[in-house]
Amino acid sequence: MPDRPAVSLRGVSKRFRLHRGRQISTVKDLFLRGGRVGLFTGEELWALRDVTLEIPRGRMVGVIGSNGSGKSTLLKLVGGILKPTSGAVDVAGRVSALIELGAGFHPEFTGRENIHVNGILLGLSRTEIRERFDDIVAFAGLAEFIDNPVKTYSSGMYMRLGFAIAVTVDPDILLIDEVLAVGDEAFQHKCVGRIQEFKANGKTIVFVSHDLGSIERLCDEAAWLHRGRVEAHGGAREVIDRYLYHVAREEAQALGVEHRAAEAAAAAGTARRWGSREIELTRVRLVDQAGEERYLYEAGEPCAIELAYRAHRPVEDPVFGVGVFRKDGVCCYGTNTAIDGLAFGKLEGEGRVAVHIHHLDLIDGEYLVDVAVHARDGHPYDYHSRLYAFAVRSRAKDTGVARLPHEWRLADGGGR
Amino acid sequence: MGPRLADLYRFRVLVATLVLRELRARYRGSVLGFLWSFLNPLLLMLVYVLVFAVYLRMPMENYAVFLFTGLLPWLWFTSSLGHAAGAIVGSGALVKRVLFPAEILPVVCVLSNLANMLLSLPLLFLFLLAFGIRPGPWLAFLPVIIALQLLLTVGLALPLAALNVHLRDVEQILANGLVLLFFLSPILYPVSTVPVTLPVGEGVTIPLRPLYFLNPIAGLVQSYQNVLFFGREPHWIHLGMVTVAAAVALGGGYWIFDRLRDSLAEEV
Repeated sequence: MPDRPAVSLRGVSKRFRLHRGRQISTVKDLFLRGGRVGLFTGEELWALRDVTLEIPRGRMVGVIGSNGSGKSTLLKLVGGILKPTSGAVDVAGRVSALIELGAGFHPEFTGRENIHVNGILLGLSRTEIRERFDDIVAFAGLAEFIDNPVKTYSSGMYMRLGFAIAVTVDPDILLIDEVLAVGDEAFQHKCVGRIQEFKANGKTIVFVSHDLGSIERLCDEAAWLHRGRVEAHGGAREVIDRYLYHVAREEAQALGVEHRAAEAAAAAGTARRWGSREIELTRVRLVDQAGEERYLYEAGEPCAIELAYRAHRPVEDPVFGVGVFRKDGVCCYGTNTAIDGLAFGKLEGEGRVAVHIHHLDLIDGEYLVDVAVHARDGHPYDYHSRLYAFAVRSRAKDTGVARLPHEWRLADGGGR
Repeated sequence: MGPRLADLYRFRVLVATLVLRELRARYRGSVLGFLWSFLNPLLLMLVYVLVFAVYLRMPMENYAVFLFTGLLPWLWFTSSLGHAAGAIVGSGALVKRVLFPAEILPVVCVLSNLANMLLSLPLLFLFLLAFGIRPGPWLAFLPVIIALQLLLTVGLALPLAALNVHLRDVEQILANGLVLLFFLSPILYPVSTVPVTLPVGEGVTIPLRPLYFLNPIAGLVQSYQNVLFFGREPHWIHLGMVTVAAAVALGGGYWIFDRLRDSLAEEV
């Protein structure tokens, strides 16, 4: 059956019971419901909902999604460790799961003894273990420690041994859950090498990770899980882009909510706001080119900081100022209308002032804003210190405080 | 999905490996090491002999050896169930992350404690010889009795281990139940001290002895004592009841375990 997919999930849902409150029902109940429902009634959590996914033989699929989106549950269902609440999971071939490596190691036993027990637990025969023992030890890089009890191992050594045993199982389908995060650089390279070997041998691999870079590099396709559902499945690059877009939008929303909270705090009064209030800043917003309120920007985008004021009595020549700070307190830039040689004369009633930043040339990170209106002599009417936050996202990993406008040119020489 | 032969073989190796690990782990790091499997029952026996033979003057010849005969199978039974109840909960990490039949865990508990008892048996024979007791031909029946106890214990260990995952009270209830069962079994006293009937009022009597043997452990311990200490044949009716109990426990126990199986990885 060459066309049969290696892994096929059809309409798979998985429900967990959260035992809050622990109400005990009867033992009879437990059996009537076959134990699947558990002894306690409580809140339910649908870790997966109606997931349909086919993974063809020989493909490497990355599974991405935020924490709690159901990635690990998906792996455990494919691995047969959990049973679906509804739907069907079909797996064609021998599965090896690299989930929480070293589960079942006995701390008092030596690495050598644990290799034997763990190998048999994972389905190897005694002969297979004997044959591959030296490989396992060499791969884990633990030759000098193999006769020490594993309780003396560092967590990295522990994981390395677990990984080395698990990949020895020679599965048709390999499930990997975030294990590349363990071990040092050299070991990670070895792991990636072993995974590529598996790929070259036509094995099917399901790879759960938050490291989108690894997924993009290693996987043929990707599936994005969002709140237990498959939001997208297709080419790795494309799915990752959609996921990142979604993450950015959620982040922007969160920043918007944060801004509302900051506004509420400013209105209610806080230690971060002071001044005599002859003239007040009633509202502070960041808006993009289109005039939409937004608190997440791509580096280099235009952006405006808009201040709404209300003067309770006529105020002579007030100065409006803004400052942008990094979260660690470093001031990135600050200016005011006086520095910039502006004078508005006498202000009364309500109005708005905005400073338009042509290019928000900051590096990737979170920033805080100071806004103020004060007299020429510095007497503060209304000062909001680091109440408002915004974030800048950038794919470039440049460093420093600001991105100075620049370009590179080959000025001289160049091998001509 | 019926168990396939290849699977059975694979799990046999796994069980053997885990039993061996259990035995080696138990005494690892202790100075006396393996001697503890002799010392534990021996110390217990000495205390009981002191209380019952010396203080309470139990009128029985070779009381110490009699006591030891019943104590060994009892210790196997009680430590098996005690360990088995916590076996799946204690190996949560394994059950949650590795695909293997969880019934192996309680079975390993029972088997490793069986190994412990078998290793103490030579000591018992030494005692029997030292006190001039010749077990006789019925000794050949000992493996059958051990096998029955094995089935009964496994049958009880399976549901206890699975139920304890859902209801942690099981371990506590069991610990108390085992103490009661100890005194309701003929370990400290011979069966002959249990009255056949117990008058409770005018013309009303309770058939105490038949009720007493509703406890299958009583029948088991009696059988051990018969073939080892008294050198006579087992009480066939009692042994038959033990057989029925073992069959019921194993069938029912496995049924319960199987019903709870899918929930184990979630709940543990």
